[in-house]
Amino acid sequence: MVQTIIPNNKGTYKQPNIFGYYGNFGGAYIPEMLHRNVEELRDNYLKIMYDEAFQKEFQNLLHDYAGRPTPLFFAERLSNQFNTKIYLKREDLNHTGAHKINNAIGQVLLALRLGKKRIIAETGAGQHGVATATVCALKGLECIVYMGVKDMERQQPNVARMRMLGAEVRPATSGSQTLKDATNEAIRDWINNPNDTHYVIGSVVGPHPYPDMVARFQSVISEEIKKQLKEKTGSELPNYVMACVGGGSNAAGAFYHFLDDLSVQLVAVEAAGCGINSGMSAATTQLGKPGVLHGSKSLVMQTADGQVVEPHSISAGLDYPGIGPLHAHLYESGRAKFLSATDKEAVEAAFNLTKMEGIIPALESSHALAALNQMRFKKDDVVVICLSGRGDKDMSTYMKYMNEL
Amino acid sequence: MNRLEELFTRKKSNVLNVFCTAGFPQLNSTWEVMKALQDNGADIIELGMPYSDPLADGPVIQASNTKALQNGMTMQLLFEQLRDFRKEIYVPVILMGNINPVLQFGFENFCKQAASLPVDGIILPDLPEYEFENEYGAIIKRYGLDFIFLITPETSEERIKKLDTLSTGFLYVVSSSSTTGNKKDFTEVEKYLQRLQNMQLKNSLIVGFGIKDKSTFQSACKYANGAVIGTAYIKALENATDIQSATKAFLSSIIN
Repeated sequence: MVQTIIPNNKGTYKQPNIFGYYGNFGGAYIPEMLHRNVEELRDNYLKIMYDEAFQKEFQNLLHDYAGRPTPLFFAERLSNQFNTKIYLKREDLNHTGAHKINNAIGQVLLALRLGKKRIIAETGAGQHGVATATVCALKGLECIVYMGVKDMERQQPNVARMRMLGAEVRPATSGSQTLKDATNEAIRDWINNPNDTHYVIGSVVGPHPYPDMVARFQSVISEEIKKQLKEKTGSELPNYVMACVGGGSNAAGAFYHFLDDLSVQLVAVEAAGCGINSGMSAATTQLGKPGVLHGSKSLVMQTADGQVVEPHSISAGLDYPGIGPLHAHLYESGRAKFLSATDKEAVEAAFNLTKMEGIIPALESSHALAALNQMRFKKDDVVVICLSGRGDKDMSTYMKYMNEL
Repeated sequence: MNRLEELFTRKKSNVLNVFCTAGFPQLNSTWEVMKALQDNGADIIELGMPYSDPLADGPVIQASNTKALQNGMTMQLLFEQLRDFRKEIYVPVILMGNINPVLQFGFENFCKQAASLPVDGIILPDLPEYEFENEYGAIIKRYGLDFIFLITPETSEERIKKLDTLSTGFLYVVSSSSTTGNKKDFTEVEKYLQRLQNMQLKNSLIVGFGIKDKSTFQSACKYANGAVIGTAYIKALENATDIQSATKAFLSSIIN
């Protein structure tokens, strides 16, 4: 099925307008040096993505390599605890341990069809870096991953995995030395290598068409949720879908096929860090203002003078001062409810899930779980939480917390 | 006739544009650096407005941005520093920076302040031509400022023509697809410049990126009206004890 973009003024939730806008957010604020690469992608991504042979290869890899469909698990004890019906979308059971593999497979296959030989990526928690390095190993492609020095320290197991997979991990030493700076370095690499390189952005951020492309690759999450819910409950529509948001790729994927089902309350959970007003936070919708970061207009955490501020979250994957333009639009339009969870609440939620269900979640996903405390559910409500990744990479943080108890 | 038009009418070759970062090396050295550049032969001054996350810049210029911000540089302060600068600086001055700080300052307010100084033009590399045509171009024009677009070796001929039409003041020719301060083979650059020369564009051409010394400056000027030096001058300022003498030594190594 070939899908085309309708040149409307404002875009829809599912589809930005031809200039990449969702409402007031999006676009492609890129220097001329990136124009040809971004244009090449913009002119080809839908054609390639909806090509039959591409879809066949993509779906096969999702099934046989990533292990999809991932289960939708009814979490009985957790449900009893919150007096409602909670289903966990087990993206943590994907190969490499998070939803990031969906997009990495899609973009690497797309890069091959564009004739690219070299893959670059940025990573925060390392899950996107590992996923990209994995698919590059599978396809025999050169892979360079930019990662903030601070993140390399706190996510060492993932650095080791990327290296074993044959990727070169290049430390980003500028600025806050986290995801924002890794993204800057990756963009610079792309500027310097305009012909043979594809930049696999890991979230629904960046210049158009990245937010739309990544959302589409991740939309398999909500496509499966609908089908699985129908089987389990008789209705494909839940009352709530909850997901954590840094840049927002797992949330975009979990929300995507529910965006036009207005009865479904979408809940995005940001990282409050040490507290929203602590000066150590990454809750972009609460602290940000409209601005331009990494090629698109969105909400950005910044000073009054327009300098991007250094965010804080215990979770490297949410430690980002921006948010994808789709999410900024969902926030501004009120289509999604935005909550936040602190570092401490997230860690406690991780321990709670482990105790109640025997599942150790990633710190990122734990933010979505932590927000359960802030919700008022009815007994018969169906609540889907996107469990975006597993907690293996976060064991040192969890152990530290255990020792402090 | 504005200063840029006047300059390109008078001088059609070897136009030397030098980039410096506002608030670097010291918070209050902006004016002194500009004066030193003018006194020692710079034809245009491109004044960088520091930003936390400059994407198209290499490590040297980025470090100067970070330093300037640490020094306490802000957009408001820049306009205060430049108040009355036309008493001493008569060469064309272009403000260059990323779009985000300009948006936060207020785009129209920014243009208004810039025009009141007055500076002559603006370069905002991450303001794409669609946004320019749709919204911002009209504001820039209302305040009589030039807006300079960039082209690169990857820019198609059709797009070069379009950007040349939209651009006023001059056209900024990025010599190779790279961030600032990156070394590339200059023979490729010459071929590209020859191609541009044959296109009969309306704007004067100023070459930037990779121009670091006398020989690269002269090569660029063979096929273009002039060139911009950025990274090499910032490096010279990094180690300078005295701005005047460092600037004099640096510019005479290019011009003489």
